Amino acid sequence: MQNTILAIILLPLLGAIISGLFGRWIGRAGAHYVTIIGVATSCLLSFQILWQITNGDFPVINIQLYEWGRLGNLSLGIGVLLDPLSAVMISVVTFVSLMVHIYTIGYMKDDPGYQRFFCYISLFTFSMLTLVLSNNFLQLFFGWEAVGVVSYLLIGFWFKKDSAVFANLKAFLVNRVGDFGFLLGIAGVLYYFGSLDYQSVFTQAKFITDGGPVISVGMGEWSALTFICICLFIGAMGKSAQVPLHVWLPDSMEGPTPISALIHAATMVTAGVFMVARMSPLFELSTTALSFILVIGACTAFFMGLLGIVQQDIKRVVAYSTLSQLGYMVAALGASAYAAGIFHLMTHAFFKALLFLAAGSVIVAMHHVQDIRKMGNLRKYMPVTYFTSLIGTLALVGMPAFAGFYSKDAIIEAVRHTEIAGSSFAYVCLVAGVFFTALYSFRVFFLVFHTKERMDDHTRSGLKESPLVITLPLILLAVPSFAIGWNTMEPMLFGDFFKQSIHVLPEHDSLAMMAREFHGIRAFTLHGMATLPFYLMVAGFITALMLFVIKPEWRTRLVSKLALPEKILSNHFYFDAFYQKVLVGLGLLTGKGLWKAGEQRIIDGMMVNGSAKLVNTFAAVIRHIQTGYLYHYALLMLVGLLAVFLWLYFQVK
Amino acid sequence: MAYQVPWLSLIIWVPILGGLSLLFGVDETRVRLHRWLALALAIVTFALTIPVFLNFDSQSAALQFVEKDVWFESLNIYYYVGVDGFTLPLIMLTSFMTIVVILAAWRSVKERVSLYLSLFLMMCGLMNGVFAAADAILFYVFWEAMLVPMFMAIGIWGGPNRVYATIKFFLYTFIGSVLMLIALIYLGIETKSFEIAAFHQHPMTLEVQSYLFWAFFIAFAVKVPMWPVHTWLPDAHVEAPTGGSVILAAIMLKMGAYGFIRFSLPITPDAAAHWADIVILLSLIAVVYIGLVALAQEDMKKLIAYSSIAHMGFVTLGFFITFALLSGEHKDIAIMGIQGGLIQMISHGFISGAMFLCIGVLYDRLHSRMIADYGGVANAMPKYAALFMVFAMANAGLPGTSGFVGEFMVILAAFHASPWYAFFAATTLVLGAAYTLWMYRRVMFGETANNKIAALKDLDMREMLILSSLAILVFVFGLWPAPLLDLMSASVEHLVECGTRSKISLEGMCKP
Repeated sequence: MQNTILAIILLPLLGAIISGLFGRWIGRAGAHYVTIIGVATSCLLSFQILWQITNGDFPVINIQLYEWGRLGNLSLGIGVLLDPLSAVMISVVTFVSLMVHIYTIGYMKDDPGYQRFFCYISLFTFSMLTLVLSNNFLQLFFGWEAVGVVSYLLIGFWFKKDSAVFANLKAFLVNRVGDFGFLLGIAGVLYYFGSLDYQSVFTQAKFITDGGPVISVGMGEWSALTFICICLFIGAMGKSAQVPLHVWLPDSMEGPTPISALIHAATMVTAGVFMVARMSPLFELSTTALSFILVIGACTAFFMGLLGIVQQDIKRVVAYSTLSQLGYMVAALGASAYAAGIFHLMTHAFFKALLFLAAGSVIVAMHHVQDIRKMGNLRKYMPVTYFTSLIGTLALVGMPAFAGFYSKDAIIEAVRHTEIAGSSFAYVCLVAGVFFTALYSFRVFFLVFHTKERMDDHTRSGLKESPLVITLPLILLAVPSFAIGWNTMEPMLFGDFFKQSIHVLPEHDSLAMMAREFHGIRAFTLHGMATLPFYLMVAGFITALMLFVIKPEWRTRLVSKLALPEKILSNHFYFDAFYQKVLVGLGLLTGKGLWKAGEQRIIDGMMVNGSAKLVNTFAAVIRHIQTGYLYHYALLMLVGLLAVFLWLYFQVK
Repeated sequence: MAYQVPWLSLIIWVPILGGLSLLFGVDETRVRLHRWLALALAIVTFALTIPVFLNFDSQSAALQFVEKDVWFESLNIYYYVGVDGFTLPLIMLTSFMTIVVILAAWRSVKERVSLYLSLFLMMCGLMNGVFAAADAILFYVFWEAMLVPMFMAIGIWGGPNRVYATIKFFLYTFIGSVLMLIALIYLGIETKSFEIAAFHQHPMTLEVQSYLFWAFFIAFAVKVPMWPVHTWLPDAHVEAPTGGSVILAAIMLKMGAYGFIRFSLPITPDAAAHWADIVILLSLIAVVYIGLVALAQEDMKKLIAYSSIAHMGFVTLGFFITFALLSGEHKDIAIMGIQGGLIQMISHGFISGAMFLCIGVLYDRLHSRMIADYGGVANAMPKYAALFMVFAMANAGLPGTSGFVGEFMVILAAFHASPWYAFFAATTLVLGAAYTLWMYRRVMFGETANNKIAALKDLDMREMLILSSLAILVFVFGLWPAPLLDLMSASVEHLVECGTRSKISLEGMCKP
């Protein structure tokens, strides 16, 4: 069994190494074959494990692969924890990765960096697998940073583009701000639990009943667990792009579309959600941290959804939609409905990857035009892309029977049932978010696939459906986007599928409360058509239909009335401007100031060269005494003698 | 007893004498031969460290491969060398980096090649001597002698402002070492021996310890260098030839840090504990303040020089939090802090060396170190771009590279001393990434900036060999630092057990 797990992890790495180092020898086709075979094998093996786990004949595996280092009595290792949670994650990761690998053959067909791209996405898959399969905090941090680097490399894949290398540096640094908190959280874990091993930490955590130890940082004392959980969550805020560390994700769209689908929608950005779910035994112990998470998630879900409405770039709409959906997942975690968060993570991975890849298909057809104002009526030219996009959109807006419906409704219900501070605010945000989700989703859907053709003639003449390597992944992703919810919802949310992985205190267990009202998937689906979110979704659909298809002139009138909100939205609530001008500006200014004033003027100018100058000046003055004239020396001698005599005279007297 | 091969003496004297012999018969037509000879000598020196490594007993904290001969009997001065877990890795690092430097100079040094090679060989032997010396006077002699070749290397092959830089470098380090000499002589008179181990066993009042502590501190702080006595380093780096920068960053800075664990902590533990807060403060200033200053640099070498200072801040931080940790009963964590500092020393040797080599690669081609003169280099030099990226990421402390190991361990340990220490130390996650990757972006990414860059040739075989072997080391120690940790652990545990115990009275002191 250990060999199977090793194969799952290492095959993508092998593919990456071969296509990265020997890309020139194996050629373009060689690079895609070797990486695809690697990832496909990983994917099949993951499915096999997931299947065994679902059937219940698979024990949790927790092994150490090698000892990374030993410090006194503390051993740090690299290992594997394979339980239902990580099994779901590896299946989702390898499946979406496989789809993206295949899709890349078509999308990157003419790119000179073809082999490099395959190397990076395989390397990413490997990093993500080490992250989700980790059994300790050290390795978690390894994977955590490794996916960050690959994301950095991929956003800047077209490194000649200034916007791309701006975006990748921004993404890396914002993530590093999150990692700053994450690392302090890990340090806190080691401090309070004396171990970095999940099992040991979680076992100890189960015995904490009275809020645990306290820590005094600055003013007053904190619960150490609140401190640890919030620090860890700051890491998640970076990686999963939660407000206010969300600013890097829209810019990351500068990277090629396949990686937007894989990294910036389906897998890496959900690492934060996975991490919190993995740490549920810790987070459960701090209601303060849960409230914090809930509010952050709800804010992200709502406000980032609003931004989706004003975007003109097809990828950026999907990016803001990703932000908003990540907000839903995080809100689920805050409501202690970790399973619902993971469930939404899974469905979202399929339909969001689908939407991104469909957007990519459109972009290829449009010769890399991404502005939705220059599209329209593409359904005529691209039927497969059109239908798969429709399925993705319906899943995203939460149309009953589609996968996204089950997971999103579960989150909203879970938040309704929870009673921690901030839950009513969060509930309002999440429900209102449904309207805006429908609005921006159908807006982009209509503007791209319906309405009149706005592209230039040259582009129009070249419009055609994408080749099979592109449409096949779309179709394969459309299937789970539609159907994955039916059979998985009950065991994942209300059954004991995650029993071994996720720990929820009885008083927080919002899913258990929901379970009482749950009477089978069919009833849940039907009931879904009679709830507030459903009506809001329909309202969003109708609004989009009216404003963008039937009565476009209403939109002009509306926009002229809403100039100020429109301005705020198109400036993304001024987060970017604030960071760029104030924080980055201040940092650089401090650096320059310290260099010019501290280094050059004070330390070097006054202290170092100053003392050298002092010696020089002193020497220059002293030098004048040595004139070389005998009578000067004779005179000085006399003065000296006189002084000695006077001194002796007064001494004696 | 069977005849013992004097391994350490060979490691010290083969490069010194070999280097000297290169100076004879200096004949510009034989430069080629001298290059090969120097390379052979460097490789032999490194090869000599391998049997030491293989036969080293990592379970023991005692000095091993000891050689002791009378030098000045009346003064109790001995030629006394040996290695322990602290010094063996440093000696191996020194010998390895000398090979690298000699290979790096293959084409780029064109004038007085024999002298250049001989100076770096001698430096190698002298630095090995510093690490191997177990007698304080022997240590001091190597310590000062080592400055001379470096002084010459910067003075002869340096940039336009080299006179200022060399004088600054020399005055700084010399003033520091004079104080150290006074401290050593005092201890020698008190203990009637110049054995460093004897100093460790000598009880002293806090007041005496404080004087000694500060005398040592100034010598070592200048070398590390710590804020605010660091400004000689950027100047020296900027003016130094590539090889000089590599040795300076990779090895010489480590001497100061080595001094702390060999002298300051075990000889004056009470004073070190008493003043630890100040050293910690200076270390954190190095991380935060220097990190910010690095952000403002326009010269690549200066930037890396400042980044070196910031990284060395982790070394001193890791060493000096020990006392806070021991008083809080965190022995394992104290070990972690010191191990972290030591790992950071070794890793910084590879990474900073590699960074300076990378800059050297560009400097050889375009004769500029200014960031603004570059842009889009990745277009013309893809192999170089890949390797430079590896080192840039390592410099930013990426997990999986050796740059992460030390910083991670020190931050984790610092948290136990005070969360605030960890907080300030962890800013390197953002600052280190910002200055390194921002430089990388401006130099490597973007459209090709001008025709000169378009015409750049990618790495040749020799450069590939040097940089990729360093890259492999960076990955190996990042992914599997266990062997290195194990090599050091007995010595570190001994230091934490015995070296840091109070010395005011003889009670409770460890016997050797």
